[in-house]
Amino acid sequence: MSQPKDFGFNEDISMLKETFAKFLTEKQPINTLRPSLEGTEDPYHGATRAGFFDKDTWQQMIQLGWHAVAVPEEQGGIGMGLVAATALAEEIGRFALPTPLSTTLQACFLLRELKSAGADQLLSQIATGESVGLAIYGQQGSLNTDSTDVMHDAGTLTGTSWYVTDAQKLDHFIVAANSDNGIGLFKVSANQPGVTLEPDRIVDLTRDQACLVFSGAQAETLCEPGHGEPGLKAALPALLTLIAADIAGAAEWQLQATADYAKVRQQFDRPIGFFQAVKHPIVDIMIQTDATRSLVYNAACAFDFDRDDASRCAHLAKSSASDTASLASQCSTQLHGGIGFTWEADIQVYHKRQIHSEFMFGDGNWQRAKLAELI
Amino acid sequence: MSETRLNNEQQEFQEFCRRWLGENRPGPTKTPLPQAAYEVVDEEHRIYLSEWQAKCYQAGLIATDLPKEYGGHGHTGLQQIASAEVHRAKVPYFINWIGLGMTVPTLLAHGTEDQKKTFLPPIFTAEHIWCQGFSEPGAGSDLASLQTSAEKQGDHWVINGSKVWTSLGHFAQWMLLLARDDKHNKYGGITYFLAPMADPGITVKPIHKMTGESGFNEVFLDQVKIGDHLRVDEIGAGWKVAMSTLTSERGAGVGVGAVAGESPRLVMQQVINLAKDTIRNGKSVWDDPIWRDRLMKMYERTEAAIQNARRTKVKAINGGAMRIPLQSKVSGSEISQELHHLALGVLGLSSSLYTRDTHAADDGKWALGYMNTYTGTISGGSSEIQRNILGERVLGMPKTK
Ligand SMILES: Cc1cc2nc3c(=O)[nH]c(=O)nc-3n(C[C@H](O)[C@H](O)[C@H](O)COP(=O)(O)OP(=O)(O)OC[C@H]3O[C@@H](n4cnc5c(N)ncnc54)[C@H](O)[C@@H]3O)c2cc1C
Repeated sequence: MSQPKDFGFNEDISMLKETFAKFLTEKQPINTLRPSLEGTEDPYHGATRAGFFDKDTWQQMIQLGWHAVAVPEEQGGIGMGLVAATALAEEIGRFALPTPLSTTLQACFLLRELKSAGADQLLSQIATGESVGLAIYGQQGSLNTDSTDVMHDAGTLTGTSWYVTDAQKLDHFIVAANSDNGIGLFKVSANQPGVTLEPDRIVDLTRDQACLVFSGAQAETLCEPGHGEPGLKAALPALLTLIAADIAGAAEWQLQATADYAKVRQQFDRPIGFFQAVKHPIVDIMIQTDATRSLVYNAACAFDFDRDDASRCAHLAKSSASDTASLASQCSTQLHGGIGFTWEADIQVYHKRQIHSEFMFGDGNWQRAKLAELI
Repeated sequence: MSETRLNNEQQEFQEFCRRWLGENRPGPTKTPLPQAAYEVVDEEHRIYLSEWQAKCYQAGLIATDLPKEYGGHGHTGLQQIASAEVHRAKVPYFINWIGLGMTVPTLLAHGTEDQKKTFLPPIFTAEHIWCQGFSEPGAGSDLASLQTSAEKQGDHWVINGSKVWTSLGHFAQWMLLLARDDKHNKYGGITYFLAPMADPGITVKPIHKMTGESGFNEVFLDQVKIGDHLRVDEIGAGWKVAMSTLTSERGAGVGVGAVAGESPRLVMQQVINLAKDTIRNGKSVWDDPIWRDRLMKMYERTEAAIQNARRTKVKAINGGAMRIPLQSKVSGSEISQELHHLALGVLGLSSSLYTRDTHAADDGKWALGYMNTYTGTISGGSSEIQRNILGERVLGMPKTK
């Protein structure tokens, strides 16, 4: 198998990315997010944040079909691949958009690997505008696909799923649960009996997170016990690539915002960008961000066109992205001085999103440990 | 390892290159070749490498995409394949790297028809070796402070001054020369010439490198006479032309043939193998998770450089035409340096053993190679200067000067 030279970035996908970016530019997500950050909702003071997102924007996105980009045509979707989904994820990151779309895209790629009637059914529901997320972690948040604390028995679930991203925004969840026959994947819905959502107080202001507590919740089987781990493994390259793309987009924003600030902030009678102790680290953000972006496009392309190489490429992308998240955040806050440390600065919003993303689906070290096993 | 798709013509040409390089690999030299063309000083090596370059040119691996009237082979879209295959085949490097990498692109952009027709063909065959006379004792990073003077006398120019760090000056027939025609105009008072090294007013003295090798020189110019037809572009346009030469030197221009030796991907693989083969405290360095993490971090950076090069050509996602190309020199040279330093760490104390020491791993090539990576981070505009350029030209921050 070989990859197309242009990373599979054809005209349709360029257009998709451009239209989506234009839509988000008009929506100004960071400004619509602002009111939700005021006063008592500050998690430091003990409040849990509502799963804030702009529902009108989400409805418009559904009308424009972006929610179903990665749903196969047979299930009523648009049937595009990871290259297209990655293009969307990058823009979501660049605009720090609170949205059910991120996890729904993840869910699509997991469901597509399961090839079961239940999975196809859930894909069709996504096509009609319902949102889905992943509930696959135990308390340790380990990435090993057998880390769940939930048990499955006679069609029902008991136990807790931890660190469920954007849980308050979602209609359904794909739950990893253990049983005598091994791990399976199951569908539960947010409002069904036996499912309680306990929101976490989290640092990241652009996402929400929760524990899902199951007490005998009825679960539909998406993937039989024993087949959950291979399913998750097959989808992992896509999950890694999507979060890496989100980081790359946010890092690009951090880069441009910091370069712009260095052009206008004057000290010692000059814009601070004149000083190389400021200029050079900003260039380093660019070099590191470009490395990540290239590895992300490569990983998406490998997943769509050269599946044998997809794992290697995805670990490369997330390894690079995790380090980019950390570097771009550190430099962008530091080089803004005092203003960058304030609650009012958008810089802090991105910083917190990035240090959340850095550890999602494994940090740089974990990716590199996995990578070493592959080469 | 994934590969990208080629069209039919490219595929056929790739097969041809592979076959040809397989069948025509030159035999060994009597004494070992230096690691790169920067350090070639032996006459035996010069002849061997010049013959090899000429042969590759005749086979179509050099000047592949250039027009026939300038000695090229007149193809399109095949040079990058030839260059990639040359890298891959681990064959000797091309000695005329300055001619191929700098003179050719500079003359294509700024030369007269006559200059292109006269000077390009002997560059491809390595009959004319070129050197670059830009730097001076007082003009390094601040290249435009150069003082070598050019005075117009009738239909020719008289040059006086001195150049330094002139790589291949000891072999060269021709020099890309920057000289000052106007003392009162720093950037607008520089003119660009093609200088014949055979002129009796030119003296070349070797300088030794920290590695113990040589390869660069001091060049003294005393009443050197240059015809006006050897001027490139307008009088006073030298700075603009020099910038175009430097863009090519930094790898951001259009190539006409592979010049460097081993690709970073190959060196990376060698370092991984070295880690697997090096046993310390009863286990291989590769089995140490800390070392493995460092090696994989480096592997990630070499792969990113490859994907960056690929992305340059995809307009929708390259972030602008020059954003990635202007990074390639600083990224490439720093990756190479850290990669070699990593190899020294893998070897531990045995990295102290230098070339010709019978116990040295790989004949001391890691220590030698490590030192020579500073060529990349210093010459052709240092890494610091590259960061200035990126900050200013790509990100629009105020000029440092
Ligand atoms: C192996 C080798 C081969 C070479 N071959 C050639 C050749 O063939 N032809 C030729 O013309 N030249 C050649 N050079 C010269 C090379 O281009 C110069 O060495 C280089 O431009 C740096 O100049 P310099 O040595 O005078 O250092 P300096 O300019 O004195 O720099 C010293 C240090 O200060 C830093 N510095 C200087 N100015 C700034 C600034 N504005 N901002 C931040 N940092 C700054 C530099 O980055 C460097 O770290 C070669 C050099 C080497 C090492």
